[in-house]
Amino acid sequence: MPAALQATLEFLRAYAGPLIASLVIVAVLPLIAGYVVLVERKVMADMQARLGPMRVGPHGLLQPIADAVKLLLKEDIIPEKADFWIFWLAPLVSVTAAMLSMAALAFGPAFQIARDINVGILFVVGISSLGIFGIVLGGWASNSHYSLIGALRSAAQLVSYETAAGMALVSGLLLGGSLQIRTIVEEQARQGVWFIFLAPVAFFIYMVASIAETNRAPFDLPEAESELVAGYMTEYSGFRWSLYFLAEYANMIVVASVATTLFLGGWMRPFASVRWMGWVDFLPPLLALGVAGYCVYRAPRQPVPVQKLVMLGVAGLCALVALLLAVPLLLPAAFFLKAGIHGAFWFVAKVGAYIFVFMWLRFTLPRYRFDQLMRLGWYFLIPVSIVNVMALGVGLVLHWQYRVNLWLALGGTTLLTLLIALWLVWADRKREAEALQARGGPGTPAADSYAG
Amino acid sequence: MLDKVIFYVFGGIAVVSAALVVTRRNAVHSAVFLITALLATAGIFLQLRAEFLFVVQIILYVGGIMVLFVFVIMLVNLDVALQQIQFSRQKWVALLVTLALAGQVGAMLWWAGQPGKKTLPLPVSVAAPAEKLPANAEAVAHSLFGPYLLPFEIASLLLLVAMIGAVVMAKKKV
Amino acid sequence: MLSVNHYLFLSLALFTIGVIGVLTRRNVIVILMSIELILNAVNINLVAFSRLFGDVAGQVFAIFIVTDAAAEAAVGLGIIIAFFRNRETVLADEMDLLKW
Repeated sequence: MPAALQATLEFLRAYAGPLIASLVIVAVLPLIAGYVVLVERKVMADMQARLGPMRVGPHGLLQPIADAVKLLLKEDIIPEKADFWIFWLAPLVSVTAAMLSMAALAFGPAFQIARDINVGILFVVGISSLGIFGIVLGGWASNSHYSLIGALRSAAQLVSYETAAGMALVSGLLLGGSLQIRTIVEEQARQGVWFIFLAPVAFFIYMVASIAETNRAPFDLPEAESELVAGYMTEYSGFRWSLYFLAEYANMIVVASVATTLFLGGWMRPFASVRWMGWVDFLPPLLALGVAGYCVYRAPRQPVPVQKLVMLGVAGLCALVALLLAVPLLLPAAFFLKAGIHGAFWFVAKVGAYIFVFMWLRFTLPRYRFDQLMRLGWYFLIPVSIVNVMALGVGLVLHWQYRVNLWLALGGTTLLTLLIALWLVWADRKREAEALQARGGPGTPAADSYAG
Repeated sequence: MLDKVIFYVFGGIAVVSAALVVTRRNAVHSAVFLITALLATAGIFLQLRAEFLFVVQIILYVGGIMVLFVFVIMLVNLDVALQQIQFSRQKWVALLVTLALAGQVGAMLWWAGQPGKKTLPLPVSVAAPAEKLPANAEAVAHSLFGPYLLPFEIASLLLLVAMIGAVVMAKKKV
Repeated sequence: MLSVNHYLFLSLALFTIGVIGVLTRRNVIVILMSIELILNAVNINLVAFSRLFGDVAGQVFAIFIVTDAAAEAAVGLGIIIAFFRNRETVLADEMDLLKW
């Protein structure tokens, strides 16, 4: 027994901090995901000229909590013909993968759970790709056709798009010259430029592929409600269903964080290397203060006294955040806090912007057909991403070995990639037109939906 | 001590789930346990400070190959197969021969590992602090693109051939 | 103190289980999975010795083995799908067309 105790102590001494941080993530992530859902519903409502949830709390601010209570109290049904253990296990796999991959993410210079992981970005990508097993196994274990088709679609889609995403990541890693998350961001700070400007094609490919990987519209074929009820989640209910939901939103946060780290400069503020743009530092506290002021302004107009109080509470919270952001700027003694607090703010802001683009696309674009999805992945994204990696390599060699201007070299190779992409689109159009002619005029295309 | 605990936990998981892979009736269950075994092996790699291989194991083996396996199992999902006999006729002979072979190798390792022999009591320096080691991914890259460049290229050729082969095999009409 | 023998024994156990699986199971997919187990056991050996000698060559070889496993799985599963399409079975002892 003493040996076991000794081992436990040894373990705790080294890893107590990371353990506590991970507990915090596990505890707070459901809340964050809930509020991302609320924001999504509000954005959707705004784009469709509605109000969205307004009943629970002022402007629906407490809606996520009500939803969570509802989901927890719902009956948990396990179908009789289902494979009990795998049905039980599958949602957990999804959630665990999504949460575990957050361990290596750096949300700011001071907020990283796994400190010195040598292969940080690969760890994030690899672990988050394990979530697919939750979907596939859950769909299979439900013993229902809708679930199984959803699961198969999901597997095919993920395998197809992961290649393109990986190639896009390689482009970013070539520029960063490291697999360590901290080093990648510091390299962007050193070069004074976000990698999105050096490798725009790679960023675009990563964005499209990450939408497909998180099963979001317009690529939400695995859970297309008009075709498959709810896809792999059809037989799930209550708490298990909400675990899948949580995993989806956690995955969104993970892919957004990876994109932010690799292409959007991580926790650097915009124009970090430009001296006269220092006033940007004052924007975050002013923004928080503005939100607080708006809340105070809206508080008397709430219909119920309790809601007035809640609104004032939100205002107080925003003021607190503003204070937290302003202290390192105003107090010279607290200046050492600035990198951590402001870094975290900018990181969260960038992740939020990325997720907002996801929502925007979801409410704008119609859903793809499955063969279109496969064609986009295999005939367009993968070739373009491979060409992009090669072109980027050539550009970097030109810059490093032959002292060509970095922007000239990378701009030229990016242009080349775009030309090849255009040629691919043109060839695809031509092939489709020929196929149409061969069938004799316009009509529905051949329905081999698993082709490719 | 901690190293030992980690080794026995991961090793135990790997062995138990490997045994379950071989004995389960349902192929999907086998696949699930194989995934567990592979992840436990990844843990062993991490303990040996082979971080890059740990990630390769997870991305390629678990995230790539096993997805393919599960996909194919679901495509050829047969309810009939569950009622059939799972083990072939030569099972007892095969078991005997394999165990005898394993016993021989095990005995050899055991005798060689005894103190007093000069052959194999080699301590693995897992207890060495990780900070002293060179960054693993960089070391592997230097080795892979230095002395092992030709094997690397041949491996990529092998993958290309395998890809073409798989496409030809899975095509409906050749 | 862990010695390289620990890893060798673990590897031996996995290898043996894998060989038993290959030799006794009828389902071809499970046989392929057992082969993956065998390859994994070899990888453990290689990485343990790589750590012992402080040389990354063992890890490089393990990467080649993983590559090989990927190629093998792709072709093997392709063959299984083609076979299943023709004969409606995945059992090894029913794959006997060449024995006629």
